[in-house]
Amino acid sequence: MLLTGLGAAFFYLFAFVAIASAVMVISARNPVHSVLYLILTFFNAAALFILTGAEFLGMILLVVYIGAVAVLFLFVVMMLDVDFASMKRGALDYAPIGAMVGIVLASELLIVLGAQFIGVGQPGSVASPTPDPLVRTNTAALGDIIYTDYVFFFQIAGLVLLVAMIGAIVLTLRPTRPGVKRQNMGQQVARKVEDSIEIVEVETGKGL
Amino acid sequence: MTVVELTQSLNIAAPELALAVGSMVLLMIGVFAPKDSANSTVTGLAVALLIGVLGWMVFFDEQGTAFGGAFVQDSFAYFFKILTLIGSIVALVMSVGFAREEKFDRFEFPILIILATLGMMLMISATSLLSLYMALELQSLALYVIAAINRDSARSTEAGLKYFVLGALSSGMMLYGISLIYGFTGHVDFASIAAALSGEERSVGLLFGLVFLLTGLAFKISAVPFHMWTPDVYEGAPTPVTAFFAGAPKMAAMAMLVRVVTDAFGSVTGDWQQIIIFISIASMVLGAVAAIGQNNIKRLMAYSSIGHMGYALVGLAAGTVAGVQGVLIYMAIYLVMTLGTFAFILAMRRKDEGNVENISDLAGYAQNSPLQATVLTILMFSLAGIPPLAGFWGKWYVFLAAVEAGLYPLAIIGVVASVIGAFYYLRIIKIMWFDEPEGKFVSTAGELRLVMGLSGIFVVGYIVFGGPIAAYAENAAKALF
Repeated sequence: MLLTGLGAAFFYLFAFVAIASAVMVISARNPVHSVLYLILTFFNAAALFILTGAEFLGMILLVVYIGAVAVLFLFVVMMLDVDFASMKRGALDYAPIGAMVGIVLASELLIVLGAQFIGVGQPGSVASPTPDPLVRTNTAALGDIIYTDYVFFFQIAGLVLLVAMIGAIVLTLRPTRPGVKRQNMGQQVARKVEDSIEIVEVETGKGL
Repeated sequence: MTVVELTQSLNIAAPELALAVGSMVLLMIGVFAPKDSANSTVTGLAVALLIGVLGWMVFFDEQGTAFGGAFVQDSFAYFFKILTLIGSIVALVMSVGFAREEKFDRFEFPILIILATLGMMLMISATSLLSLYMALELQSLALYVIAAINRDSARSTEAGLKYFVLGALSSGMMLYGISLIYGFTGHVDFASIAAALSGEERSVGLLFGLVFLLTGLAFKISAVPFHMWTPDVYEGAPTPVTAFFAGAPKMAAMAMLVRVVTDAFGSVTGDWQQIIIFISIASMVLGAVAAIGQNNIKRLMAYSSIGHMGYALVGLAAGTVAGVQGVLIYMAIYLVMTLGTFAFILAMRRKDEGNVENISDLAGYAQNSPLQATVLTILMFSLAGIPPLAGFWGKWYVFLAAVEAGLYPLAIIGVVASVIGAFYYLRIIKIMWFDEPEGKFVSTAGELRLVMGLSGIFVVGYIVFGGPIAAYAENAAKALF
């Protein structure tokens, strides 16, 4: 299916901005700018998803990647004193060689696969074609199967996340580290005014 | 999926369900148990849970497909799941003393082992590329954390990080291959892929996908040329963790590889056969040659396991029932020999230095504890493949299958490689029996003695009770054809 008219115009707009901002992510000097460009890239990718009728994926991309992941990145970049500039120095020096390797690989893939991707004779081996978004929305279609036919995969995904959580705790939590301030709610609630406030009569001109 | 189908599916996947629920219950017990007894409580319960599931699998034979064809419980799955569970149980039991000494006895360790085992069992049963990938990630993620479990040791964290980076790379390649296969066949479940392939001529794009998929799988069984991580991770990870890595995950990854190529790509045998033959030869030769220069016994075992994966793949290269039967027998024997050898490595402990890992530290082992040295000698002979020990019979089945399938060069190279490989096993024997003693090891813990004894009995007695194992393996192999 070739895009025409307004659809094509929007596709090229979003695709161009996505690629341009992706380039800016790795070339911007200021790491905060890099993260902001990353958000722009995600945003355009989400727009591309919506353009193809996958509104659920587009929205998830917005909520998860922009709402959580990118903001987390921004916090990390702003709060940690990492000298990204020196880490990235020289990274672009490898760009010519990287680009060359990329072009060689891409052209090899194109030579082998090109005829099949571009050729019109490719048999349509689509197991279940996407329903018309106007008849059945993407979100509803996903909702039909994710807890029924795909419950097995859904549960394994849950277990993978559980392992990730346990792993993060095992590798980083040190309950016995000295000097860690912990919240003790019992103590907080049991505090009285006389324990925490001391009223001192200060004589004029003397100070404490 | 209707309620009836779901109930049936859950019934078939009951052992996995028990592990998943059990791991979460144990997590809660670990969190709320008193700090000083949490590890021992959870470890004991974890071993009990794994043994319970193992017993269940041995006594209840509930076969069938579940979850809309994404999961299968057949005799092939049973064979490998029993091996995987044995590997996990033995590794967990052997870790108890060591974890306490090295101060990584945290209650999350047995729970992560259970979750990794669950991932492995799902891998063995996976009959769809989607469930295969997700099960693999569940297993891998748990293994990355387990490799770095001794987080205060720089070597352990390095091993974990290295394993994570390379594992993520291989997962990425595999996922790319899976997406190509999906794109060119339109299916993710093995039966539909096989059906789509049998009708028409296979396309080049599918071949690309197959190559990337096999790359990812070869990484998981540490076959050459995707083996680079193995020696470093084996050396850096704490020894009981290495014992775990060398056993159970190899079983699961090999089962997955065998199932993918025979189930989904059975009609394009010629395409994957040449790849398997290449990685098999490369693994056998590198495993034999590169191990010669090693001084650290854990690195040596890493190269040894690379070589053994090569031998097991010889059977798969044959692509016949006899070949797959050979793979099953080989993996069972490999598991027992490896776990036995690691029991000895864990027992290499001096009073003042702690655990030692150099091969030269075994000098004079025969004078100090002659009985244990004899058992280790038998294990080394078996690893080298000297008749009539178990290791010989493993090689016998795979080479016989290769010869029957007409793969003479592969069989000849395999025999030559095993002769070269015999050198370093014999070197260990020479150091144990003929070198001057350097110092005594502390007396061996009871659980290690048990593992040593059982593996010794298995290796020596295989000639007597190998028949039923071979028959069971043949029955399991037939499930795939």
